[in-house]
Amino acid sequence: MFNRYNWIAAGSIYRKEVVRFMRIWVQTLVPPAITMSLYFVVFGSLIGKRIGDMGGFNYMDYIVPGLIMMSVITNSYANVASSFFSSKFQRHVEELLVAPVPNGFILMAYVAGGVTRGILVGLLVTVVSLFFTDMEIHHLGIIVLVVVLTAILFSLGGMINAIFAKKFDDISIIPTFVLTPLTYLGGVFYSINLIPEFWQKVSLANPILYMINAFRYGFLGISDIDVVTALGLIGGFIVLLTGFNLYLLNKGIGLRS
Amino acid sequence: MLALDIKGLKKTYKNGFEALNGIDLQVKQGDFFGLLGPNGAGKSTTIGIITSLVTKTGGTVSVFEHDIDKSLSEAKRCIGLVPQEFNFNLFEKAIDIVVSQAGYYGVPRKKAQERAEYYLQKLGLWDKRNERSRFLSGGMKRRLMIARALAHDPKLLILDEPTAGVDIELRRSLWGVLEEINQQGTTIILTTHYLEEAESLCRNIAIIDNGDIIQNTSTKALLAELDSETFVFDIDPVAVYYPKLDGVQHRYVNDHTLEVDVRREDDLNQLFVQFSANDIHVKSMRNKANRLEELFVRLVGQPVPGVKVGGEHV
Repeated sequence: MFNRYNWIAAGSIYRKEVVRFMRIWVQTLVPPAITMSLYFVVFGSLIGKRIGDMGGFNYMDYIVPGLIMMSVITNSYANVASSFFSSKFQRHVEELLVAPVPNGFILMAYVAGGVTRGILVGLLVTVVSLFFTDMEIHHLGIIVLVVVLTAILFSLGGMINAIFAKKFDDISIIPTFVLTPLTYLGGVFYSINLIPEFWQKVSLANPILYMINAFRYGFLGISDIDVVTALGLIGGFIVLLTGFNLYLLNKGIGLRS
Repeated sequence: MLALDIKGLKKTYKNGFEALNGIDLQVKQGDFFGLLGPNGAGKSTTIGIITSLVTKTGGTVSVFEHDIDKSLSEAKRCIGLVPQEFNFNLFEKAIDIVVSQAGYYGVPRKKAQERAEYYLQKLGLWDKRNERSRFLSGGMKRRLMIARALAHDPKLLILDEPTAGVDIELRRSLWGVLEEINQQGTTIILTTHYLEEAESLCRNIAIIDNGDIIQNTSTKALLAELDSETFVFDIDPVAVYYPKLDGVQHRYVNDHTLEVDVRREDDLNQLFVQFSANDIHVKSMRNKANRLEELFVRLVGQPVPGVKVGGEHV
């Protein structure tokens, strides 16, 4: 299983993935940087001054980790969803299906591609944020762990979406109607302590809340959620989605007739 | 050793369509084998199962003694596939497509690049190596798929209608390449609609129709079954009465074209004697179809469009 051939195969898929999103960098890397700059300007600089402090920090400092995480989530998801679906659509996924690459290695390579884009965009947004705020780092290890795990999780999600998708609309439905609302309601712009108790409890069902708070803890040392619980939750979801992806790939759902 | 051993292979699709009804097929190592059949006969389904793009309903498939149910990776490693339809990334460069494919089979990058160069040169695509594949012509795309299939040096090369839509000159050059690959020891399985191609290249042929193998023998033995051939004679325009010939099935397609079915026992000299006697002047003659095509039409029961059989003007 873990022989040299399979690692070379996974490396080839990963290289192809990275080349793909770097080739279209204007579509993949630039837009998130511009969008997040607008968030920094509008919510951080203009509106943020009127909002005042949140969680003991000025509003700009408070929202930066959430906005970085938001770009990581959307880009890691979009990379795998669009790339794998395109390979189905153009049928070049057959190049992989006829080759002796185990499904686990195909999954690993696509996820690695999604993680790479997610983190690259996250780094770009971080650099942009330095124009607006002096970034604090409370715990670098937590930052790295949370961002990598979250990117893995959403890359796995993107893969499931791509496997089931039959047309291009299908890969935009989940980001538009699920990911975006969950991200906006996941504590990017506010602490859940500000909302009524009932909605606080409802918010706890939103997994993105855990990721954003754990990530914010790495920067600012504050979180609405216990960080260990958050890491456990992300890890649990990764195991779950990995298993589901492997089941789908082994069954050939959406891939083999 | 058998390059391919299929036993009792069945495939029923979800909509209930039975594509394969339990076929048996053996291809020897080193063979150049033709799998022929009309559209929808089950050729592509068979290839799909061998290459694991289609899941089988029943039966067994072994590639160089690797059962695809027990050692799929080893079986896959032996196969190179040239599918019927273009299935590469349209935005990738030709060379990247070939190098990546070799990588999927575990070929280290440096070696993959060497092989890509070798096969792209061989197939006349080296000058186009940095072109995005969508900008290549139809013939170049076909050749690119062959180069891609060969990138990991497979022992069994399967080509599903590799020359469809390719001009005659290029088709013949591809035949040369395939013959050379076969002579170097690679077993080749070919499906094609160009029966001239199968007759020229394949040593053994199986004909599949409605999910059953209806013929499986050597090309030579198959052609020996052909008991008559149709010749087309271009003649000087005949008078209105269209002279009748004795003892042979014939028909006038128009006033300057005559078709005659010549049986194996018939004597062509006698036919020409009749032509002279009836004042029919032959300017040229040719086979109506190649011999395998005649046989194929008879076996799968499909009529030759446009012409009725009999001694009538049509």
